[in-house]
Formats: sequence, structure tokens, C-alpha cells
Amino acid sequence: MAITVKIPAQLRPATGGEGEIEIESAGTVGDALDAVFAQHDGLRERITEDGDLRRFVNVYVSGEDIRFHDGLETTVSDGAEVTILPAVAGGR
Amino acid sequence: MSLEGLRCKECGTSYPLEALYVCDRCFGPLEVTYDFSAIDADSQKRKIQAGSNGIWRYADFLPFSSRPASALEPGLTPLVRADRLAERLGVAEVWVKNDAANPTHSFKDRVVAVALAKALELGFDTIACASTGNLANAVAAHAAAAGVESYVFVPADLEEQKLLATAVYGTNLVGVEGTYDDVNRLCTELAQERGWAFVNVNLRPYYAEGSKTLAYEIAEQLGWQLPDRLVCPIASGSLFTKIGCGFSEWIELGLIEGELPAFHGAQAAGCGPVATAYAAGHDVCRPVRPDTIAKSLAIGTPADGPYALDLARGTSGSIESVTDDEIRAGIRLLAETTGIFTETAGGVTTATVAKLAEAGELSSDDRIVVVITGEGLKTLDAVRDGFEMHEILPTLTSFAEVVDDRSSVAF
Repeated sequence: MAITVKIPAQLRPATGGEGEIEIESAGTVGDALDAVFAQHDGLRERITEDGDLRRFVNVYVSGEDIRFHDGLETTVSDGAEVTILPAVAGGR
Repeated sequence: MSLEGLRCKECGTSYPLEALYVCDRCFGPLEVTYDFSAIDADSQKRKIQAGSNGIWRYADFLPFSSRPASALEPGLTPLVRADRLAERLGVAEVWVKNDAANPTHSFKDRVVAVALAKALELGFDTIACASTGNLANAVAAHAAAAGVESYVFVPADLEEQKLLATAVYGTNLVGVEGTYDDVNRLCTELAQERGWAFVNVNLRPYYAEGSKTLAYEIAEQLGWQLPDRLVCPIASGSLFTKIGCGFSEWIELGLIEGELPAFHGAQAAGCGPVATAYAAGHDVCRPVRPDTIAKSLAIGTPADGPYALDLARGTSGSIESVTDDEIRAGIRLLAETTGIFTETAGGVTTATVAKLAEAGELSSDDRIVVVITGEGLKTLDAVRDGFEMHEILPTLTSFAEVVDDRSSVAF
């Protein structure tokens, strides 16, 4: 089963306007992102820096922040949804 | 006019003054930039003093090119000299900035008034927010006063007082199963899909500017002077850093003289990602799952955490965390020494001041400002069972027997 990667509005110019990208099954979040970069190379430098996520980029697997798990090593099961979002927060 | 544009805090890329909040290039947060070179300190002070009795007296330092208006203007809340609290803490001067005195009883009225005025200027007809309560109250009230449609998203398990004090204004109240961070993620996604002004998402650069007015008021109310220390709660870190920003602007322009005060941040131990990073010497915060009675501070992924760390370290301040019991004691300490009843966030702040005093971190000649951001009536559960009531019959004898006997011990 495929995995869906949701792309935030700010990054859609780099995907030709696509808000969702389907990829084949991936082992980890890092693998999933590599598969996305293979389709849209322009995304790599926008999301990562020296192989790590930029500090204001958050990634969720089925709604769970990957920083609660193993970061880019977090496992992605088949059919899961990977969401990339800007790390903005702050209301109360 | 001094308003310039938006700029990424991380990489410096410039953007126009629109409903943008994140840098397309690096995802860093955007902030408003100004050119204040035309401002003359003395004439600006006179202009401020002749201004409105609220935050719009500082309009020249806010993100508007023409003077904003609002039907429910917040600000100019009391700065109360708290000698009995100072005595308990063993310091010269303590001032309590009581922001519970705003229209919906928290500092959130400041940021919402600015965000709403900007949303209307940008042509939005609906405003919305992700909130843990205080912001919900403010968005619903200010939208009602302005006659604007609003949507308020909150964690479904929020304190009943905060739900009722939001719903009463006639907003679309949406309870989301999950934590504030879940609500915030949902709103970040919704902001992309709906053409709404989410005050703390796509209007965040403007919204955050409203917090600077707390710094301006403190300085003006102290007679155009700075305190030595400032103690302020940290949730996302936006309020904390924007108070620093407000003081810095006025120091640079010569409206006030001196150095930034030592900035002490206050967090709950049950949700203290910034305090933890501070103690560990880290530059970024590891997210946490909140578990504290201070729900208004329960942000596990603080967006401005890195900047709050910089400010505390750069001013020889600190970032502390206090337990739920210390928070309850903090609420009582403030109430018993100043007559001000604050919510759990204010308990966190007061407990932090007490902790700093006990640790010998405060000097006896310090002038300290304690920023109290919200109202005690909103979090009554926190003080439930914390007191005793004398129960008597309606007779003099009963009063004498029950009350006199017990209270005589106290005198």
C-alpha cells in the first residue's frame, strides 16, 4: 500500500502545485522524504540542511510528531500519512 | 510611515505585508520590520501621552500604516506596586503588571486587537484561532464587538469557565479531541485550506507585535524607566521575546535609557520544554507532552523557544520551572500579598519569583516587574479545597463560638 506525503502550501511551488504526493512503501521517515525528493528535487534544500530537518520544519506520521519517536528514523507503516508543516505555534 | 515589511528571522528574506507567517525558503518565522529613523524621542513621548487610554497610544510602533481602531480597546492595565510581596521576597521593589484587567481578562486582548485590526485591513471577513482558552475568549469577544464571523478551536477537555466565557460571545466553538499541539497542527492545516485569518497562524507576525505593548506600558508607567528584572510566563515564548523586543526598540530610539532587564522565564514543570533546554544548555527545545494544571501554558512545542533561550541567556536571566503544588502556592502568595487573584499561569510566574528569591538570585535593591497575564476566576479548579470556611448558625452565639474561638488564635 502506498504512503501519502502531505505538502504544505508554502512548498507547493516546488511540487508543481501538488499538495499530496504518493510514494511506494518506505521503511522510515527519512526513506519517505528521499522518495519525495526523488520526484521533486527542489524540496530537499527547503526541508533539510546537512541531512537533518531544518529547525522550523515539523514532520508528523499519522498526526504524531516524529520528535516523540525516532526523528527521521521513525518507522512509517504502509498506508500511513506523512505531514510536513511549518513549526509555528503560539496561542493559548 | 515607519512600517516596512515582513522579514524571515532565520535567513532575512523579505516579504510584503500580507497574511504570511513562514519563510518559503527555510520555514523560519516572519516578523514585521519598521524604519523608526524619523522618530524623535521627546515628541514621541508627548504624542503617546496625548494618545488613547489603551494600546493604540503606541500605534506608531505597531504594524499599521494608518491609525487602527477597535470596538474593544485593551491595554493600559494597572502596574501595581506590591510592597507586601516585595517584603516577603526580600527585595526593594516589586511591581505587578496586572493584565487580567483587560476586556476579556488576559493579555491576549492585546494580540487579538492587533491581529483583528490587521485582518480587517487585509480584507478578511472571518477570524479564527487555536487556543487553550484565553485566546479563545479574546477572539470571540473582539470578533463580536467588531461584528466579524469567528471560529475558535480548543482542546475539548478545557476548563469549563474558559469554554463558557468563549461561547457566550456567539462564536463557532470547536472542541478538538487532543492536546493544544494537536489543535494547533489542525489549524495550521486549516489555514492553508480556508480563507480565514487565523490570528496565531497566518496572522502571527502581526498578532505577536501586540505583546510589545506590555513593554511600552511597563516603561511608561515606571516613568520612562526600565526595571532591573522581569519575570514572565513562557508558553510559545512569543510574549517573553516580544517584551524584550519592545524594550529594545525604545532603548535604541532613546525613549528609555539603560540596558535590557534580566529576563526570567516561568514554566510549569509538567510542560517545561524551554526550561529543560535552558538547564541543559541546549539551543533548541525538545517537544514534550503537557501534564500540568497550568493549561494556558501547556504548549509542548514552543515555536519561539530558541529565541526565548537567547533572550534569557543574553540578559543574565534564567528560565525556571515550578511544580503544580508550587503553582497553587504562587496563586495564594499573590492573592494574599497584593489582592490580585490570578489564574494558574500567574501562579507559575509568582512561584518562579518566590523560587528565585529563595535561591538568592534576586538582589535586595532590585526593581522587579512580575507580568501577570490572566484572571483567577478562569481557573477556579486550581484553588478548590485550598481554604476553610467557618459554618455557623445565624446567631451571635454561634459566631462567637465558631469564629472567634478559631480566629483568636491568629491575632
